Amino acid sequence: MKIGLFIPCYIDQFYPAVGVASLELLEKLGCEVSFPLNQTCCGQPMANSGFEAMSKGCDKNFVKNFKGFDYIVAPSGSCVLHIKEHLHDEDDPKAADVIRSRVYELTEFLIDVLKIEKLNASFPFKVGLHTSCHGQRGLHLASMSELVAPAFSKPGALLNMVKGIELTRPKRVDECCGFGGTFCVFEEAVSVKMGKDRIDEHQDNDVQYITGVDTSCLMHLEGILRRQNSPIKTIHIAEILNSQL
Amino acid sequence: MSARESILASIMANQPVSQDLPQIDLRAVINYDNVLHQFKTVLESIGGKTMEINGWDAIQQMMQADTKEGKQMVNGIAELGAIDANLATQKAAELASVQRAYLKGGIAVAENGSIWVDEAAMVNRLLPFIAEHLVLVIEEKNIVATMHHAYQQVASFDSGFGMFLAGPSKTADIEQSLVIGAHGARSLLVCIIP
Amino acid sequence: MSSQAKFTHAEAAEQFIADEPRTDWHDDTLWFVREKRDKAANSLPEWEQLRQWASDIKYHVLSNMHQYLEAFEQKAIANGIQVHWAKDAKEHNDIVYKIIKDNQVQRIVKSKSMLTEECHLNEFLGEQGVEIVDTDLGERIVQFRKEAPSHIVLPAIHLKKQDVSETFHEHLGTEKGNHDPQYLTEAARGHLRDKFVASELAITGVNFAVAETGGFVVCTNEGNADMGAHAAKIHIACMGFEKLIPRAEHLGVFLRLLARSATGQPITTYSSHFSKPRAGQQMHIVIVDNGRSRQLGREEFRNSLKCIRCAACFNTCPVYRRSGGHSYHTAVAGPIGSILNPNLDMEANKDLPFASTLCGSCSNVCPVKINIHEQLYLWRQTITKEGLAPKAKSIAMWGMSEVLAHPAIYRLAGKMGRWVVKHLPFLTNNGLNPWFKQREMPQAPKESFRDWYLNNKQK
Repeated sequence: MKIGLFIPCYIDQFYPAVGVASLELLEKLGCEVSFPLNQTCCGQPMANSGFEAMSKGCDKNFVKNFKGFDYIVAPSGSCVLHIKEHLHDEDDPKAADVIRSRVYELTEFLIDVLKIEKLNASFPFKVGLHTSCHGQRGLHLASMSELVAPAFSKPGALLNMVKGIELTRPKRVDECCGFGGTFCVFEEAVSVKMGKDRIDEHQDNDVQYITGVDTSCLMHLEGILRRQNSPIKTIHIAEILNSQL
Repeated sequence: MSARESILASIMANQPVSQDLPQIDLRAVINYDNVLHQFKTVLESIGGKTMEINGWDAIQQMMQADTKEGKQMVNGIAELGAIDANLATQKAAELASVQRAYLKGGIAVAENGSIWVDEAAMVNRLLPFIAEHLVLVIEEKNIVATMHHAYQQVASFDSGFGMFLAGPSKTADIEQSLVIGAHGARSLLVCIIP
Repeated sequence: MSSQAKFTHAEAAEQFIADEPRTDWHDDTLWFVREKRDKAANSLPEWEQLRQWASDIKYHVLSNMHQYLEAFEQKAIANGIQVHWAKDAKEHNDIVYKIIKDNQVQRIVKSKSMLTEECHLNEFLGEQGVEIVDTDLGERIVQFRKEAPSHIVLPAIHLKKQDVSETFHEHLGTEKGNHDPQYLTEAARGHLRDKFVASELAITGVNFAVAETGGFVVCTNEGNADMGAHAAKIHIACMGFEKLIPRAEHLGVFLRLLARSATGQPITTYSSHFSKPRAGQQMHIVIVDNGRSRQLGREEFRNSLKCIRCAACFNTCPVYRRSGGHSYHTAVAGPIGSILNPNLDMEANKDLPFASTLCGSCSNVCPVKINIHEQLYLWRQTITKEGLAPKAKSIAMWGMSEVLAHPAIYRLAGKMGRWVVKHLPFLTNNGLNPWFKQREMPQAPKESFRDWYLNNKQK
C-alpha cells in the first residue's frame, strides 16, 4: 500500500510539526509513506474566492505529484474536500478522477481504511474537540447536528483511544469557527466574532487544548487565543494521536 | 405579447427535463399507539385546551353559563340548536363583539394538534378568527396520525375555504417571547366526543 | 438592471458587531430557534425522508412549471378568482395599484408577503398616496420605525422589547417604559383590530398554490392574514410562480416541514386554504415572475426556486446570527437570500455569496434540500467570471496562483521568510492587515515540513 502524503501549503510553511506527526503516525501504523517533493497547494484559496479558473496550475501540479499512489492522505479535511470535489486536469483527466476517489483526510483514513481500533498514544490533558465544517459536513467525518441520524465521530473515536485524555465538546457541538478561507479577512469582524464565541464555549469546559482535523481553523483560533493571552493552546489531532506523553 | 404569454414562454424555454413525482409511502411515516393521547398532548403544548365529554350536554351547559354571565356567544353547531340565519352574512363590525363561538371541527391530527375546520362549519369565514374565544367540538374517531392521513380524508375543497387550526392565535415577534392572543382567538378549547 | 448597494455586507456586519452584547443576544435568540427546530425535526423519524419528498416534489413542479401554471390558472378562474400575471416588480405593483384605484378603496391591510417586500410594494403605493397597514406584529413594528424586516419569519428580531416599547409609545401611546411583551402585543391587537374591521382591501402572500384545486394556502400564527382577507371585500394574494405544488395531498408533506423548520412548532396556528371568494367578495391572484424564469434556466441555481421561505437557514447561519438581516441589504436576507439576490441584480448583490464560510449548515437544515452552500460557491465563480470581483483581489489571486502552480517559485518564496505570511490571501499584509486586527499572526518556524523531510527522511 503506497501512500502519498499531502501536506497543505500553510502546514508546510507554518505548522511542520503537524506534517511530522502525520508522517510518523502513519509509519507507526505500518504504512509505506512518501512525500512528493514538488507539491504546493490544492488550489482552494483561489477557488473559494471565486477564482476557480486560476487554480488550474495547482490542479496540474497536484496531479503530477500524486499520480500513481494507492492512497493520498492529508491532515486537513478542508483541502481533501476541495480535491475530492474540484480536482480536474484537462491533460490527464483520468488521473484526476482516480486521485479524487483515493484522497483521504487522515482520521477518515485511519478509521475507514486502516480500521484502527486501538492506538498506542497518551495525552493526559483536557481537550476540546473543534468540529471543522468541511471535514464534517463535506467528508462526513462526524454526524451533523442538523440531521436526524445516528451520532458518530471519526476524530472523536480516535481521540477516545488516547490514554489519559479528557475529551470535551463545546455547547454548540458543530458550529463553524469563522475561518472560512478568505472570509477571515474579507469578513474580518464576523470571522473573529465567530472564533471568539467558539473559544468561549471551550473555555467554559476548562480545556487546556483545542484540537481538530483542520490546521486552518486552529490557526484562526490560535491567533485569537494568543491575542487574548489565553493559556489555552491549539493542537492538531495528528499531534495528539502521535503523542507519547 | 402579454405578460402571461411571455412568462409562460420563458418558463417553457427554461424548465428542465421532467422528473416524476415521488411516491409518498405512508409506511415510512410515524404512527402513534394512541392518537387521542398524542393529539391532546400536542395541542396542550401549543396553548390549546382539551376536554373529553360524553355528549352535547356539557357544551350546552357552557353555553348557558355564557348567557348567564352576559357574554355574547354564537352557536354554529346544528346539534346544539338553531343557527342564527344572519350570521353567515354579518360583517366584521357586527362580529367584533362576539366573545365566544362554538363550532364543529372535522378531521383532527395527532402529530400537530390541528383540526380541519371547513367553511360550512364556520358559518361565517371570519367567525373563528374574530371571536375572542373559540370552542371546537370534534369526534374522537376523526383523529388521524399525520397530515398525510388528514389530506386523504379532507378531499373536498369545494366549499371555498377551510383551514387547519392549531391552538389559539399567538405571536413571538417581540424578543421571541410567546404571547397568546395576537389577532385571532385568545383561547381554543377542543371538546372531544367519543 | 444593475446598481450599487449602499454598503457591503462586511461593512454593515462590522457595525452590527460593534455592539457586542447585542450581537450575543441576537445570536443566542436565533440559536434558540434553531434548537427548537432540531427538537421538532427529531420528533419525526421520517424527517430526512420528508425533506427528500419535498425536494423531489418541488423539482417535479419546476420541471413541469408551464403545465402546472396553466392548470392552476384555469381552475382558479373556474373558482371565481381573477388571475393576473406580472413579469416584474413594476408590473406587480401596477396591477395591485389598478385594483385599488378601480375599486376606489382607501383602507388597506397587508399580511406578510416577502414577494411584496421584494417588489417594494409599500414604497410604490406610498408614492401614489396609498397607505398600507402591515398587520403582522413584527412587520407593523418595523413599519412604524420605517425599517425593513430583518428576517423573513421574525421581521423584528433585530429589536429588543425596549425598542418596541419606545416605538409603540410614540405611535400607539402606550405607557413609556412598559416593556412587557404581553402588554405591547395587547396594544397592537387593539390598534390592528380597528384596522381589520374597517379594512376594504386585504393583501396577503401565498405559501402554497395548488394546481389541482386552483386554491392557495396562507400560514400564520397570529391570524392576521385571515382577519384581513375575510373582513375586506377585496382580497389580493401575491405569489411568485414557484409557490405551485401539484395536489392538495402534497400539502401534507410541506405543512409538516414548514413550521417545524421555521420555529419548531408542529404546524402554524392557522393554515388557511382559500379556493373561492366568499359571496360578494373579489379575490385576485397576482402571479409574478421577476427573474424567476431566468433562474429556472440556470441549471446550477434553479433549485433555489424550491425555497418555501421557512428561514431555517437564517437561524442556523453563524454569519447571519452575528451580522443581522439588514447587513444583507435585500428583502430576503440570510443564506437563501445570498443565492436568490444575485439573480435579481448581480452587481448590487455581488458581496452576498461571499458573506459565508461555506460551512454547509444551511443546506442541512433546508426542508427542501437546496444545496445552498454549494450554490454560494458557484455564485462566487459566476460573479468573478462576470468581471465583478474587486481589481486588487483579482491581481492578488493571480499572483498567488502563479506562485502556487510552480513548486520551485513556491519554495523560493517560502525560503524568503515564509512568503506565505505575506501573500496567502487570508494573511494578506497589504495596508491594514485584517487578520492582525484582532488575531496574532502564526509564528513562522525555522524550517518548512519539506525541509524537515529532506533533512530527516531522505538523507
